[in-house]
Amino acid sequence: MLTIIRERLRQGHRTGKYPKVEPIMPERFRGLPQLAQNLTPQSCADAVASCPFTALSSNGGKLQLDLGRCLFCADCPAAADHAALAFSNDYRLATSRREDMFLDDNVYHVAGMLNKSMRKLFGRSLKLRQVSAGGCNACEADLNVLSTLVFDLARFGIQFVASPRHADGIMVTGPVTENMKSALLDTYAAIPEPKLVIASGACAIAGGPYCNSPEAHQGIGDLLPVDLYIPGCPPHPYTALDGLLRMLGRIE
Amino acid sequence: MNNAKPLRFRNGFVVPLVELPHLDYAEFSESLLAEVAADARIASYFGRPLADGLEIYAILAHDWNGELSLLRTQVNGSFPSLTPLCPQLHLFERELAEQYGVRPDKHPWLKPVRFHKTWIDAADIWGRPHGKHPVPGDMEFYRVDGEEVHEVAVGPVHAGVIEPGHFRFQCHGEEVMHLEISLGYQHRGIEQMLIGGPHPSTIYLLETSAGDTTVGHATAYSQLLESLAGCESPLRAQAIRALALELERLANHVGDIGALAGDVGFLPTASFCGRLRGDYLNLTAELCGSRFGRGLVRPGGVGFDLDGTLPQTFVERLKILKRETRGAIDLCFDAPSVLARFEGTGLVRTDDAEALGMVGVAARGCGLVRDARLHHPFGIWEGGFDTPIIELDGDVFARGNVRRREINASLELINQLLRGLPQGPISQPLGPLAADSLALSLCEGWRGEVVHAAITDAVGRIDRYKIVDPSFHNWSGLSMAMRGQQISDFPLCNKSFNLSYCGFDL
Repeated sequence: MLTIIRERLRQGHRTGKYPKVEPIMPERFRGLPQLAQNLTPQSCADAVASCPFTALSSNGGKLQLDLGRCLFCADCPAAADHAALAFSNDYRLATSRREDMFLDDNVYHVAGMLNKSMRKLFGRSLKLRQVSAGGCNACEADLNVLSTLVFDLARFGIQFVASPRHADGIMVTGPVTENMKSALLDTYAAIPEPKLVIASGACAIAGGPYCNSPEAHQGIGDLLPVDLYIPGCPPHPYTALDGLLRMLGRIE
Repeated sequence: MNNAKPLRFRNGFVVPLVELPHLDYAEFSESLLAEVAADARIASYFGRPLADGLEIYAILAHDWNGELSLLRTQVNGSFPSLTPLCPQLHLFERELAEQYGVRPDKHPWLKPVRFHKTWIDAADIWGRPHGKHPVPGDMEFYRVDGEEVHEVAVGPVHAGVIEPGHFRFQCHGEEVMHLEISLGYQHRGIEQMLIGGPHPSTIYLLETSAGDTTVGHATAYSQLLESLAGCESPLRAQAIRALALELERLANHVGDIGALAGDVGFLPTASFCGRLRGDYLNLTAELCGSRFGRGLVRPGGVGFDLDGTLPQTFVERLKILKRETRGAIDLCFDAPSVLARFEGTGLVRTDDAEALGMVGVAARGCGLVRDARLHHPFGIWEGGFDTPIIELDGDVFARGNVRRREINASLELINQLLRGLPQGPISQPLGPLAADSLALSLCEGWRGEVVHAAITDAVGRIDRYKIVDPSFHNWSGLSMAMRGQQISDFPLCNKSFNLSYCGFDL
């Protein structure tokens, strides 16, 4: 017992002060991209063609980036070869609407809060059922991290629960493999109304690296009504936490 | 039989297909069984469809010689199953049946593996409707009948934030008589998407084949491509890869011990390890911006250098982490209440582990000396690793203690790597890949050996790419561990293996 207490003192208090104190992200962390303005039509077209996951498109000659498809690749050819974009350190990426994820003029609309009645229901207590539908276990691992003492998700009243019957919403990872489709829909159906749907990670938003797989759907967009999108491959735990708290109106 | 003597190679070999003898199936089986009798084990076993049948390639590992032998044959329609004589082939043969519609005759457990349509235009051997996607978990499960016997079905969606899989327990009261595991829910069709590559997307598919083993899979792939291109990555890149691989091992092992402690209700270690695991992931993020090592390992080298103040930061942070990790972990291994739950639970006998071809932490916990860093070293590992960690008991404690000791060893390895970081470039361009060749690459990921094999076509594009995640060998071990156990010990046994669903399902 004494050894345990001694070790407890040695390990110290580790729960972060987020959201009062901003987290320090690693220097090489790849967050919200900044698009180069004034690209020539040629370099814009080259950049669009260079992305293997079709995250880039040309919107009337102007470069547009779909953050739902972006994997924040370290060797992004559009960044390295065409100087079309650069990654900033900004981890705040979650949005409420799919169309908000299309970035073209470097103004990015992060998630807004739920309406008043939903906030009244879930603002101080949100229980989530997580379903991995073809995820590579990186998204799942970094959601699990939110329950560790560093992030201590429970202090915000948010918790992952075992049964969909106990849940207020579903948090999906993975592109939705054909083999997980019915289990995912069954789990969603088992959650009592009203319920929230969160797509966490590039796979759940638009298929991620598996966007061309015949064995996977392109995320949950066509299957479920999504309330929160959390981009990243996988999203940083702070990206996910920021999105959840914004949705609940706990940070603005 | 002399003409059937298999060719032998070392890790990272490339062999032109013309040099590889075609054995008829009888010769092939005889050679394969002779090899297994001479202490070899199956590292990989896969098919490649031809116009007039199916080619089968077997890659066997002779651990103590550091050699790999290679056999090939061709079958058509059906062939006698080797599983009754060599149980470690059971999933590989089922896989062939599911992918190419061939039938391994007298296979004792012939059931689907991942529940997908056949890869070629061949009839499904289970008679599932043509053109329709199979229903996952739709198979005959092994059942025990009896008035007091009941069946417990779990999954695919589990209680925690984890991947999906379906488990069927045959129970007599609390006691589990048999556990059957049916996976495939995470099947994304990776191997099929790699054909015709390397594409710009290929590396991302491999990095996400098992997301918690990003560095392991990316290293195996990069080594393979470098072998095919006939070049070697710079020494500094190899050192950075090795360092990242050990960081991945540390993060996962520390997390696993925390999870084991959590499962027996020992909360101090569970909470401390949860935080410490994150700190190791953060170190990887300092190196490459991603907590999982995305973007770090690339064919030809690495994408990020360990330069500037980073080596110093690593040394300082690891010094503190080492103390804290030891403190957190020793707490649980010193607690009699924890040991009482760990010891004797989830036993796998050494003979069974060997027969099933288990690898990695789970095999080393059963007393099997299997560590690719020692037996099949590549690049910087050559001569650099000589102390595999072995525990003899085969129980939860043994698997936990292998991890505990490997954590200490990895910290020491990282220190050595940081002290002797070679100077020079971190990457070099890759030439064209050898055509009509087979290449193989092994890498000891944190769970066990990751085996990648590729066959190229006449213009040096990938014609067949085969991934074997350590979980593929080890899931059957978990079933064995549950025999005669209480069903309430399943979470603990499962954590002690901590196998990958997506690495198995691909």
